[in-house]
Amino acid sequence: MDLHFGDAEPTAEERAAVDALLGPPATAWEGGDRTAADLRSAARAEQARDRLLPALHAVNDRVGWISDGALTYICRRLTIPPAEAYGVASFYSLFSLEPRPPRVLHVCTDLACLAKGVREVRDGVPSPCLGLCERAPAALALEAGETPKAVVYGGSTAEDETPHTVERPEPPVEDAVPQAGSPGLVLLGRIGVVDPASLDDYRANGGYQALRRAFELGPVGVIREVTEAGLVGRGGAAFPTGRKWDATARQPDQPHYLVCNADESEPGTFKDRVLMEGDPYALVEAMTIAAYATGCRKGYLYIRGEYPRATRALETAIETARARGLLGPRVLGHDFAFDIELRRGAGAYICGEETAIFNSIEGYRGEPRTKPPFPVEKGLFGKPTVVNNVETLVNVLPILLTGGSDTKLFCVSGSVGRPGVYELPLGTPLRELIDLARPAGTLKAVLLGGAAGSFVTDLDVPLSFEGTRAAGATLGSGVVMVLDEEVDLPAFLVRIAAFFRDESCGQCVPCRVGTVRQEEALHRLGRRRSEADLVLLREVGQTMRDASICGLGQTAWNAVESAIDRLGAFK
Amino acid sequence: MQPPRRLIDVEIDGAAVRVPEGSTVLDACRTAGKDIPTLCHGDTLTPKNACRVCVVEVEGSRTLAPACSRTAEAGMVVATDTERARHSRKVVLELLASSTDLSTTPRAKEWMADYGADPARFGEEAATVAQPPKVDNDLYVRDYGKCILCYKCVDACGEQWQNSFAISVAGRGFDATISTEFDVALTDSACVYCGNCVEVCPTGALSFKTEFDMRAEGTWDESEQTTTTTICSYCGVGCNLTLHVQDNKIVKVTSPHDNPVTHGNLCIKGRFGYGYV
Ligand SMILES: Cc1cc2nc3c(=O)[nH]c(=O)nc-3n(C[C@H](O)[C@H](O)[C@H](O)COP(=O)(O)O)c2cc1C
Ligand code: SF4
Ligand code: SF4
Ligand code: SF4
Ligand code: FES
Repeated sequence: MDLHFGDAEPTAEERAAVDALLGPPATAWEGGDRTAADLRSAARAEQARDRLLPALHAVNDRVGWISDGALTYICRRLTIPPAEAYGVASFYSLFSLEPRPPRVLHVCTDLACLAKGVREVRDGVPSPCLGLCERAPAALALEAGETPKAVVYGGSTAEDETPHTVERPEPPVEDAVPQAGSPGLVLLGRIGVVDPASLDDYRANGGYQALRRAFELGPVGVIREVTEAGLVGRGGAAFPTGRKWDATARQPDQPHYLVCNADESEPGTFKDRVLMEGDPYALVEAMTIAAYATGCRKGYLYIRGEYPRATRALETAIETARARGLLGPRVLGHDFAFDIELRRGAGAYICGEETAIFNSIEGYRGEPRTKPPFPVEKGLFGKPTVVNNVETLVNVLPILLTGGSDTKLFCVSGSVGRPGVYELPLGTPLRELIDLARPAGTLKAVLLGGAAGSFVTDLDVPLSFEGTRAAGATLGSGVVMVLDEEVDLPAFLVRIAAFFRDESCGQCVPCRVGTVRQEEALHRLGRRRSEADLVLLREVGQTMRDASICGLGQTAWNAVESAIDRLGAFK
Repeated sequence: MQPPRRLIDVEIDGAAVRVPEGSTVLDACRTAGKDIPTLCHGDTLTPKNACRVCVVEVEGSRTLAPACSRTAEAGMVVATDTERARHSRKVVLELLASSTDLSTTPRAKEWMADYGADPARFGEEAATVAQPPKVDNDLYVRDYGKCILCYKCVDACGEQWQNSFAISVAGRGFDATISTEFDVALTDSACVYCGNCVEVCPTGALSFKTEFDMRAEGTWDESEQTTTTTICSYCGVGCNLTLHVQDNKIVKVTSPHDNPVTHGNLCIKGRFGYGYV
């Protein structure tokens, strides 16, 4: 490839940030000093496209934005065409390609926070759901520098005059789990009970017994147990996990990859964050078991960029596990090599889609790929790949130890006294969950499954995959957002539409333009009722559902449709 | 020479057709004599299947399928003209026409009429991608107000043909555009002016400067143009050039896509060196 680079030079700080990640440059071609060796031989360039996202993070974390000079330097180091790298950098909302102050306050203006009264952003930039819904309204301050800082703010009210300037310590994880410590919790059993940083504590509380059992069972045995337990994916699509694992394990093409999807960005979802913050070793152990069963030597843990505490917890857990022989060339002394690489997203909901996540990890724009081929056949780097959600993976531990938990995590937010993550048996009536969370105000509707889900008013619907489907809804990622009579429904729907418009990758026409037209029509309908606009919404909605490439466009009309049909919005 | 391919049977709108294995549903539809609209599909590129005007119903599939990219399978049952498929095509055309200037997209008008598309119903305030054309060099113009983001130019410039990687899709969602790095002028980019992006652009968003200027003057008139195909004399490769002539002047140069060596691709000399022909 004969690449063309501009003349822009990086500043010393930008260069240092990139070099800290990639090591010093080897040749002048890559932006180092010209040496005699360079003149004799053609430059040897590193081919490492997948380092692009980490390199962009390195600069953005250090300086707060990515200049022409910094981008050019990264491109030289990694042999990437500058136009492509620009296309990638401009895809992610956490990166800035224009100068901005080091400290940026991301104020959540999404559903749960909207329901809690956030209206305007006084001293920051508006952000899609930050996954802090139990502490709504929430904000996240990111500060660039040699040691980048991230401070989470929750529970500040509109009247609070100095909400986001004073640093406050984050409340303990278990504050997000109202049932914490109660017996009977399986997936949440260790939250608030163990020290998330301590491997010894984890082991003292049942940790790494499932992996031992997995080694006894062998890969085929593990897949059999997971299949027999009937585990289905918790990331939203409810696909049988055992079938996915079996299909991957059987692929002759090598290597196989494991990707843990911790991009959790569905508005109203924060269960994976709580699991990762409170019980990070469980995820590391579960990934190790998944890798063992499906024949992967390498796992990627793709975590959303707005989750600083979960990222720190997992960094510690992965390092400690590696140091103690629980990751690496001989896991637990067995002839099984496995390691995990943590990858941070950079502000793009779509990167949670199971093929967009591959493009993001590989250093391309996070656009979903066309299926078929499916990930089990051609996934990350074109190789057979198993992608699983955090909660799905953590479910594997009790399956190997006790045959399974048959519980599900629910993220309750909105108009309730005790918002948070709840663990209940699948099939529990919605009413029971809401009662646990202490409803406040007169209930109007419940948004099940997040922005891609739908509204229900029947509180007797059983919270199971089949039960919600029969009710024309979906469990999705476990979002249960409670709305009372006070809610401004038209504004709420506009916010849902704006979310999809903002987060559409832009690849296909039905979604790229359809989400814009949907939002426009909802704005108009908020001002005055119009039969023509309702028809338009339906027609555009049907086309997004039928003709979009991926699940984002296909579900972008669900919630609005259910609000019109079930809540009588715009009647 | 490729080995002969096995033939498979598929059903298109009730009629059985036989196509070579590996064909797309679009190939099968065309074999069956169906005229399916396409925009992001081109005969020389692997399509990104982004425009979705070619969607059809495939039995057993939850969503509609892009005919241009779905591989035909033995026994597949395809319906091209159902209400559901026509509905999506209609709305997709409306979405495109309401946001993008399709005035130089061949056949757009005809399809809009066929499908009863009415882009005006989104209202006067509907967001568009209207923007001033980028005229930053003497050879070709980028008028992204006409761009439907079909990815063809990016693929032609990048790994599918040219390997120059001068342009990419930047931004996200409705704000996504085709762009050089930091939107620098083409003259500061990696562009080598092969014009292969112009060759594949389905909307006229990319056009020869001559065509752009003549359109602005109102003198562009395809009915007055004649074409002659010759062999480029600049080097020994022997690329075919199709010279488009109006009023005794060469107004643009294309290249036949069925040329087995060049597939319609040229270099700057063949494409833009016509001053010397
Ligand atoms: C737009 C979009 C966003 C998604 N985001 C996530 C996510 O953040 N986390 C997740 O686990 N799955 C997400 N999914 C679902 C994944 O595509 C995939 O189904 C899932 O990761 C598979 O894991 P599972 O079988 O364990 O659920 C998303 C899907 C779509 C269409
Ligand atoms: S449906 Fe939306 S998010 Fe998905 S590929 Fe199309 S434009 Fe991108
Ligand atoms: S003229 Fe050639 S090099 Fe320039 S952008 Fe178009 S395809 Fe790329
Ligand atoms: S400029 Fe033309 S070829 Fe490029 S994306 Fe736009 S419409 Fe397609
Ligand atoms: S022509 Fe098939 S999706 Fe564009």
